[in-house]
Amino acid sequence: MTDAPGVGVSGHATDGGIPLFSNLAVTLGAGQWTCLLGPSGVGKSTVLRLIAGLETHVAFTGEITTTDGLPTAPRVAWMAQQHLLFPWATILENVATGPRLRGAPPDRDRCRALLGEVGLAAHADKHPHELSGGERQRAALARTLMEDRPIILLDEPFSALDARTRSEMQDLAAKLLAGRTVFLVTHDPLEAARLGDRIILMSRSGTSTLPVPTSIPPRRVDDPEMLDTQGRLYRSLMAVT
Amino acid sequence: MTATRNILLAILLALAAWQAVVLLTGVPPFILPGPLRVAKAFAANAPLIAEHAMVTLTEVCLGLILGATLGMATALHLATSPAARALLRPILVFSQAIPVFALAPLLTLWLGYGLWSKVAMAVLIIYFPVTSAFFDGLMRTPQGWLDMAQTMGASQRSILMRVRVPAALPSLGSGLRLAAVYAPIGAVIGEWVGSSRGLGYLMLLANGRSKTDLMFASLITLGCMSVLFFLAVNLLTRRLDFKAEA
Repeated sequence: MTDAPGVGVSGHATDGGIPLFSNLAVTLGAGQWTCLLGPSGVGKSTVLRLIAGLETHVAFTGEITTTDGLPTAPRVAWMAQQHLLFPWATILENVATGPRLRGAPPDRDRCRALLGEVGLAAHADKHPHELSGGERQRAALARTLMEDRPIILLDEPFSALDARTRSEMQDLAAKLLAGRTVFLVTHDPLEAARLGDRIILMSRSGTSTLPVPTSIPPRRVDDPEMLDTQGRLYRSLMAVT
Repeated sequence: MTATRNILLAILLALAAWQAVVLLTGVPPFILPGPLRVAKAFAANAPLIAEHAMVTLTEVCLGLILGATLGMATALHLATSPAARALLRPILVFSQAIPVFALAPLLTLWLGYGLWSKVAMAVLIIYFPVTSAFFDGLMRTPQGWLDMAQTMGASQRSILMRVRVPAALPSLGSGLRLAAVYAPIGAVIGEWVGSSRGLGYLMLLANGRSKTDLMFASLITLGCMSVLFFLAVNLLTRRLDFKAEA
């Protein structure tokens, strides 16, 4: 992996002539976790898709900058709420999706090593339907790691999981994605408070940076300072119109 | 086992009902022969029926292979080329408004009385269902997979071959199963319009000579053959399906 850059997104967007968001100013610290919190429909995923260079249905006016001046799109790995595993392929083949799609021979040893890191070593030759929801999301994390990209875009990847599995996945992701520039879009204040080096609240009228706990992520689920932050994030989120 | 028993029971019931109609109405055998009489005709003409059945089966198999290949190629072309979609699709849809049966005499005129006019008939009749099923599957790839492939730097060709095609295989399977049902219909229509071989020809011949029992024997052979053909294609195409998650 090359050095993880910092990323900045600023501007405004309209959807079919109707303003979606304005005064957007999102800065991702190099090698840090930045959490974007906000109500549904405010355009959080759109910001993420802009960084990924994916099609959006909005007209965006503004700029996407990086600290090293290179474009973001070829350097991102993307993980969504759906695991997006191919049902016809084994877990091992799914982890190797990136190389396979690029027509490169996949490094099978690395695939197996990554499956080991996410705790799925025994499931390499199974198909996605044989795994639980949490295991499928672990496989998706291994596939994301396989890309070895400096910028990681996470679009509510843990929101469909049960509370226990979700916190386990948060710990695992924090451990395995350390050192990369991570952008996590979430609607869960607890998730933001646990994982964020930086927490940004997004509303239609603009973005604001909120204070984070002093401890280092991933914060314990019963860390009092983290829980206090969670409470304040909830209040800020409820105040957003 | 219960399924097999039920099928056997249903067949016995149908045969009994058939025999009952013949006995109760006293209809003459040249109008409606009883099952026993048909069985005798079958036994007496087994080599003849088998010979003609082989001809029809060959037409059906060739028709399915050619029709499916053409259909798949068209679907791939339509899915990858917006220009082809704009130009070809209206033609395809319009071609479906012409009853394929009406083309049978024309095909015989062009391709002769032999095998190929029947194969062409089968191809025409299954081409559209295969094209349409596979094309729909190719165009309905979940957006998430396409987005993921794009962030991974996959080429359009790679996305087609490794994402869109595999994702469309279950749809293609449905199309092929439909084609397996249609193909024998196409072949027999071709034989009716003009031929000297095949089960359709044998039926017409038997009918013309008031050998209604032989006609029924051919008809039942055709039915059984079509069912077996469908089951074989069904078995093969089930491999195209993938397990959805629980």
